[in-house]
Amino acid sequence: MHREEMISIWFFIGLLLLAYGVLIAGSGIYELFVPPAHPVVMADLHAPIWWGALLLVIGAVYSIRFAPKRKR
Amino acid sequence: MPTEFAVLLQARLMTLAPVDLAVIILYFVAVIGIGLYLRTFTKTGEDFFLAGREMTAWIAGLSFLAANLGSLELMGWAASAYQYGILATHWYWIGAIPAMLFLGLVMMPFYYISRTHSVPGYLKLRFGEPSRALSAITFGFMTVLMSGINMYSMALVMKVVLGWDINVSIWISSVTVGVYVVLGGLLSAIFNEVLQFVLIWLGAILISILGLIETGGWAGMVARIKHNSPGDYTHLWGPLNHFADNPMGIHWTGIVLGLGFVISFGYWTTDFLVVQRVLAAKDLRSAKLAPVIGAGFKMAVPFIVILPGLLGLALLPEHLTGEAQALATGGHSYNEVLPLMLARYCSAGLLGLGITALIAGFMSGMAGNVSAFSTVWTYDIYRALIKKDGTDAHYVSMGRWCTIIGVLVSIGTAYLVMQFLSIMDYVQALFSFFIAPLFGTVVLGMLWKRATSAGGFWGLLTGTVSSIGMWAWVQLDPSALGIIALSPNAKPMAENMYRALWSWIICVTVTVVVSYATKPRPLGELTGLVYGATELPSEGHLPLYQRPIFWAGVVAVVFIILQIIFW
Repeated sequence: MHREEMISIWFFIGLLLLAYGVLIAGSGIYELFVPPAHPVVMADLHAPIWWGALLLVIGAVYSIRFAPKRKR
Repeated sequence: MPTEFAVLLQARLMTLAPVDLAVIILYFVAVIGIGLYLRTFTKTGEDFFLAGREMTAWIAGLSFLAANLGSLELMGWAASAYQYGILATHWYWIGAIPAMLFLGLVMMPFYYISRTHSVPGYLKLRFGEPSRALSAITFGFMTVLMSGINMYSMALVMKVVLGWDINVSIWISSVTVGVYVVLGGLLSAIFNEVLQFVLIWLGAILISILGLIETGGWAGMVARIKHNSPGDYTHLWGPLNHFADNPMGIHWTGIVLGLGFVISFGYWTTDFLVVQRVLAAKDLRSAKLAPVIGAGFKMAVPFIVILPGLLGLALLPEHLTGEAQALATGGHSYNEVLPLMLARYCSAGLLGLGITALIAGFMSGMAGNVSAFSTVWTYDIYRALIKKDGTDAHYVSMGRWCTIIGVLVSIGTAYLVMQFLSIMDYVQALFSFFIAPLFGTVVLGMLWKRATSAGGFWGLLTGTVSSIGMWAWVQLDPSALGIIALSPNAKPMAENMYRALWSWIICVTVTVVVSYATKPRPLGELTGLVYGATELPSEGHLPLYQRPIFWAGVVAVVFIILQIIFW
């Protein structure tokens, strides 16, 4: 197998961040409706939602940009 | 397991939700998956030990930095920031940036052009077999100890934060590292280090962001620290005019000469753990640019490591103590400041990401140690001293076995390291034993044509022995600390700086004296190894923005501005 055919590490990173974004943002949205019994400090900022969304966007961009089908 | 740990296991900081576990499990699946995928690309010794020398400057640069960003860095320096304040930042700025730029611009051409597989390999080419053997054996010893330290840090996180059994967390994480390094060698280690670098940042930076929001910004944090803790914890250089003026008990000469010059240059330019990543670069320009890229990111690391420590000092309601006192009182130690801050801000999902960042830090550090150990053992000890006529496939097989052995030895040393109370002081002591004299030998070898094989060997040996001797002297007679560090007010951290400085001076002096007393090598034999005997490729045809020296200048300017801002 030639090195030119190797999938970019940025693609793997993109996939993982995409999955993390879905999980973390999803968890943050769930907490909006079912607040935890012992909320963390600064819970009113809803960090999981916007941080998860950020991961999701970065993950999506990298997954598409470095997808294996593209010949770079 | 010691009984005090069993007691602590009963009290954990936080409980993981299913989504946190999913985040952590996904990470393990990803690193093993990358290792499995890259196995098909790892056939030859060049593939396994040097990732085929095909890495871009960015990949090599990020991997170069990630290999250094172990859990020791994350946990240890956040703890030091809580204990010593912003002075801990010196280990990231003056204690790293000048040396990284020097590696890229001055030393990398000789490492790269000589086509060596390792730093001990360069010593073989420049000074002969005895210097290589001495360097390889001391490096192997230091590497497995460092790996054990990393593992100990990791065990602390899992014990305190999650209540996980120490043995289970050590074995699962270590075996995972072992599997992906055995499968894909340095290629797999580097790829995973880039992934880990991204996760460390995304998992840790949120603590700083939320902490600064809570304190009302930098000024609010400083005001709270002044209210909570007497002394100057928020200035970099101001309190360093006298040993007694700062919580670290060190003078600025120790920081500049001991840390900024000897220890820093020794670590970043001769420690094969980090240099190996740059040797994997695809060409000389990438090899020169990689440490410059690493330096740029290194300057930003205090924002995810030092800042959480300072925020802990400002915000945590309880006062953290040393490990021994924490064990005795049932309180929390300095080493737990990062997990405590994580528990303060991160709810389900984010907590999993934060824990993953700590695990990633541990794995990147350990993979760095194990892959470097495997290379040095295989090429510089096994092939040089035991079996000189093996096939390439035989050495790859040896590298794989050596990776497994390195993991097992590291696990063993983790239990040894638990006996030491201060992780960071111990690491600095190790550096000054081996790294400081090695820097003297390598830099003279690269920049001074007159240095001879005998000079290099005896300089390295006397530097190393004198460093261990000074350490033993202080262990037997604690008052010797004041003599070595030049002040009765000096503390152990200062002693490490000065011991490194003295051992470097001894190494250089002996190398120079012995070199003048022995016959130099002919100039023709030094081609590709020494400044003045090597024709370095010109970069004059490249546009300015593609030249490593331009970006090194940018990094240097930002570095100076940061010193002024936080003076």
